[in-house]
Amino acid sequence: MPRLVNLYPSRGSALALGALPFLILIAAYLFGSAARLAENPDDKLLPAPSAFVDTLKSYAVEEDRRSGEVLWWLDTGASMKRLLIALAISAFIGIVGGLAIGALPVVRSLLGPFVAALAMIPPLAILPILFIVLGLGEVAKIALIVFGVAPCIVRDVSLRAGELPKEQLIKAQTLGASSWLLSTRVILPQLWPRLIDALRLTLGSAWLFLIAAEAIASTEGLGYRIFLVRRYMAMDVILPYVIWITLLAYTMDWLLRLARARFFPWAESR
Amino acid sequence: MACVTVKHLWKEYGDQVVLENLNLHVADREFVTIIGASGCGKTTFLRMLLGVEQPTKGQLLIDGQPVPAEPGPDRGIVFQRYSLFPHLSVLDNLMLGLEFSGSRWLGKLFGARRREAAEKAESLLEAIGLHTARDKYPSQLSGGMQQRLSIAQSVIREPKILLLDEPFGALDPGITADMHEIILRLWQANRMTIFMITHDLKESFQLGTRLLVFDKRRHDPHAPERYGATVTYDIPLNRKKHSAPTPPLTAELVR
Ligand SMILES: Nc1ncnc2c1ncn2[C@@H]1O[C@H](COP(=O)(O)OP(=O)(O)OP(=O)(O)O)[C@@H](O)[C@H]1O
Ligand SMILES: [Mg+2]
Repeated sequence: MPRLVNLYPSRGSALALGALPFLILIAAYLFGSAARLAENPDDKLLPAPSAFVDTLKSYAVEEDRRSGEVLWWLDTGASMKRLLIALAISAFIGIVGGLAIGALPVVRSLLGPFVAALAMIPPLAILPILFIVLGLGEVAKIALIVFGVAPCIVRDVSLRAGELPKEQLIKAQTLGASSWLLSTRVILPQLWPRLIDALRLTLGSAWLFLIAAEAIASTEGLGYRIFLVRRYMAMDVILPYVIWITLLAYTMDWLLRLARARFFPWAESR
Repeated sequence: MACVTVKHLWKEYGDQVVLENLNLHVADREFVTIIGASGCGKTTFLRMLLGVEQPTKGQLLIDGQPVPAEPGPDRGIVFQRYSLFPHLSVLDNLMLGLEFSGSRWLGKLFGARRREAAEKAESLLEAIGLHTARDKYPSQLSGGMQQRLSIAQSVIREPKILLLDEPFGALDPGITADMHEIILRLWQANRMTIFMITHDLKESFQLGTRLLVFDKRRHDPHAPERYGATVTYDIPLNRKKHSAPTPPLTAELVR
């Protein structure tokens, strides 16, 4: 019998093991739902699976009677647009700021402490300021996400730049690299994988800030819908939306991981 | 041309004297091997030649001029490790120096100029026996292959001076013979002055035309940092290296 630390499951059993917690959760839900509904057919807390099918139909297939839109896709489109724009802006700030801070000691002295302080401000605490200054429109919501995510990405990417072996940077200079070439041909290419890692890690907080902003001031969006139907205790809407959000976030994470392996194969084997 | 002159050179870190009163003249195309106890300041000396450390007192001259305060393409370096670029393939690692000199803003060559650079890099790859690995990344190479590439990389810009800091220290003793052959070939082909630190006495005799031993002349048992090391032995090695027949591959490199 090998030690437990050396016991690796086969491919098939790894899949089965991975699925197990999900299956247990689903089974527990079905069991709990059935038990509660048997006691009180009007129970709203754990709706029966059939209720989800009805919701999905009325939200994701049929048009809303009042607005004429298919709400599910309207909400998804609005939220994804905000999130993707905010993440793109954050990634841009992250790579440019991280490179400048990591590569140039003068910029590090100038901006290092400032970015570190920015990253410590709880973004939700300045949400009111954003709403007052930028209005209740899209800009404030995107700004909240950028504010919450970009400083962390800048710090992470600049840390990576600082970790590059000194030997490498000296070697590049003996090959005739200027500051510009050293930054663009030696340092920058080695920061991309870390940018992707940083994006993956901040994805969770990006969603958090998105939903918070939508819950407070919005007319559509996944977070808006969840908080709207909360008033009616509509668990049959909230739960599918939560699962959908989870699925979207998981897919984004997976795509980023795929992109890293595809575009930066040299950073994989370690 | 690259002769190195050292006049009354001192290097101190705070209260610690690392090197004291170093005086030396090294002629062009000399192959200087340096040995000495661990921590006696050999790497510090090399780093001053490289331009990343400045002398505390005294002068360090290359062809009569003070060493610039920054590394530059006239002085190549091979460290024990970590000096390859992990995001570039073997061929791109080798071409990088040519791309830096040929393209100031992009650092990339295209078309005929790229082909020309690639040809030069490939002939060098062949000379160090890495031709078949040209598309691999550094992490996919063995330690010996990495060091061969690192050496080739640092000579491609044809530096006047090549600095080697225990380049084979982390390698299997079995493969050092190959490495010695490569370094000697490149030395002859490129007309460089070489400074090489090693821990291997045999290696230092085999390769060098001149051997420097760094050690402390004086010792204060109560304050070991009071006195620094200097060159205690300066041994000319009369190997007939300059007249050695040029291997065919090198002729290709000299071009
Ligand atoms: N940046 C620094 N700051 C302070 N002290 C330093 C610094 N760099 C080196 N030293 C000191 O200088 C001395 C010489 O270091 P050096 O690296 O030159 O030794 P070395 O001869 O190369 O040794 P080894 O054979 O172990 O590589 C050491 O005592 C070291 O502690
Ligand atoms: Mg050393």
